[in-house]
Amino acid sequence: MTFLLGSGAGFSGDRTDAAIPVVKELIRRGQPAALIFETLGERTLAGAHRALRDDPTAGFEPLLEELLDPVLDDCLKHGIAILGNFGAANPDGACGVVAELAARSERGGARIGRVHGDDIRARLGEVDLERWEAESRELPGEEALISANVYLGAAPLVEALELGAEVVVSGRVADPALFLAPLVHHFGWAWNDWDRLAAGMMAGHLGECGAQVTGGYFADPGCKEVPGLARVGYPIIEVEEDGSLVVTKPAGTGGLVTVRTVKEQLLYEVHDPANYLTPDVVVDLSAVQVEQIGPDRVAVRGIRGKPAPQRLKTTVCYEGGWQGEAEISYAGPNALARAQLAAEVLRERLTFRAPPELRSRLDIVGHASVFDSDAGDLQRSVPVAASGDYRLRLAAEHVERRWVERATQELLALYCAGPAGGGGVRRQFQRRVCTASYLVRRSDVEAFAALFDTTRFDTTLFEPNTANEGRVAHGAR
Amino acid sequence: MAHADVNPAASPRAGHAVALHRLAHARAGDKGDRLNLALFAYEPHHYDTLVEQVTEERVLALFAHRGASRVRRYLMPGLAGMNLVIDDVLQGGVNGALNLDGHGKTLSFLLLGMGVTLADDAL
Repeated sequence: MTFLLGSGAGFSGDRTDAAIPVVKELIRRGQPAALIFETLGERTLAGAHRALRDDPTAGFEPLLEELLDPVLDDCLKHGIAILGNFGAANPDGACGVVAELAARSERGGARIGRVHGDDIRARLGEVDLERWEAESRELPGEEALISANVYLGAAPLVEALELGAEVVVSGRVADPALFLAPLVHHFGWAWNDWDRLAAGMMAGHLGECGAQVTGGYFADPGCKEVPGLARVGYPIIEVEEDGSLVVTKPAGTGGLVTVRTVKEQLLYEVHDPANYLTPDVVVDLSAVQVEQIGPDRVAVRGIRGKPAPQRLKTTVCYEGGWQGEAEISYAGPNALARAQLAAEVLRERLTFRAPPELRSRLDIVGHASVFDSDAGDLQRSVPVAASGDYRLRLAAEHVERRWVERATQELLALYCAGPAGGGGVRRQFQRRVCTASYLVRRSDVEAFAALFDTTRFDTTLFEPNTANEGRVAHGAR
Repeated sequence: MAHADVNPAASPRAGHAVALHRLAHARAGDKGDRLNLALFAYEPHHYDTLVEQVTEERVLALFAHRGASRVRRYLMPGLAGMNLVIDDVLQGGVNGALNLDGHGKTLSFLLLGMGVTLADDAL
């Protein structure tokens, strides 16, 4: 029987009403289903650790309540398991929020599974670390280290489902493992059934970024039209026991599912398509085929799998000093020349107002910014338009906040001491958390699931299993 | 060379340079300081043109100003596309860059600004 995987969010900051039509469709179909919230990237994990440092009750997905509240009742009522990596740096905090929401639901509570084992900060000095192939950064000293989180596979998530969890909360797991887990749980796939595991991982890969497979992040007017982008439907992936996949979306939603939308997502963040590394299987996409089999229905075939890698990727977060940004606008006649003059003035000021190790960058938004190098090569080579609407942006980074403040203050001073007609000044600072990617031995990681202790709620609902029962440790997949 | 040197609105004509944007669509993805650009021909008969002209050398030159150190190209004929993996192009990556777009998400359109020339039989 077909298993349905619905996506409720594809990143932290995604639309918080996206899951509603997905859950409606899952209920309408009446087939076994799970709803996945993927809200944890390299940027968000670093941000979560930064938040947790400032506030021990923070560090998990800030929009968690907004994401879950509209759909939790329906999912509990219809047996749709919810899985999310919204625990980020503080899964217990996220479990607490879920427990409170569940306590307010019609059911009055839910069985919450929590995945443990991704956080290896305490053991970082003991485990065998290997630098990830594209990583050039050395690990910092102990005093600058903030966190180390392993990308866990699907096994502890499956374990949580086996414990009867209705909502599974994790921190760092490989994003697509959130989708693979309910498939392994439902179909009973073996952990060495590489082709099926690969298909399940790719179901996850296609669904993990939410609308990115259903017309989101795709529209290019005149070239790639997308209807109803304001109400784009988030994906539902239909998976069969043999690993066949169909990507679709809820009826009556915006967006589209075509060979093109699916192809773009298929290779998103993939490096060698014949060796896409995940914790549970190495996926081989070299023979993959994508076929439109109906309106908003695309079949993906030919996914193959190879044995899982021996090492698991780990994101290490460490103190990155301070970063600040400040901006000022110039518009109308000769605006670009004024913005360029402002940039020159700032560059010169920083040579004697800030220490030489201050790292900085100047962009002229509207002229050359995101494509440019830190050195501003494009600003000098792109043909100049005389008038327009430009925004000069300074970004600066230093270990000490005061130098970032000083540098950005120099941009503010352009108001009265820079070229004519500058306006709309803004500035902001933040503590920066840097990340580096390393690999650890699978055997050094102990991942497991446990039911979150909801004893302060009515646990009689959860018989026969009560809190923290069946806590079984095993090697992470 | 880091911006389009062709009129992006021009229709494909044999023997003339057009922006890759007219023939192909792309999406960028990042991990650390490594960027991948998945590029697909709109029409399968333009795939050979992509293979011939969107080479590792040209892509490396396109991103040279960003410090790109290596480009590897993985051809996916079954998808009429290719995956370009570019190292050290993100100036520190999402948690280390000063660029507004630390992910490098906009860079798919830097690639699509590259000029390609169409042969008569590729129209």
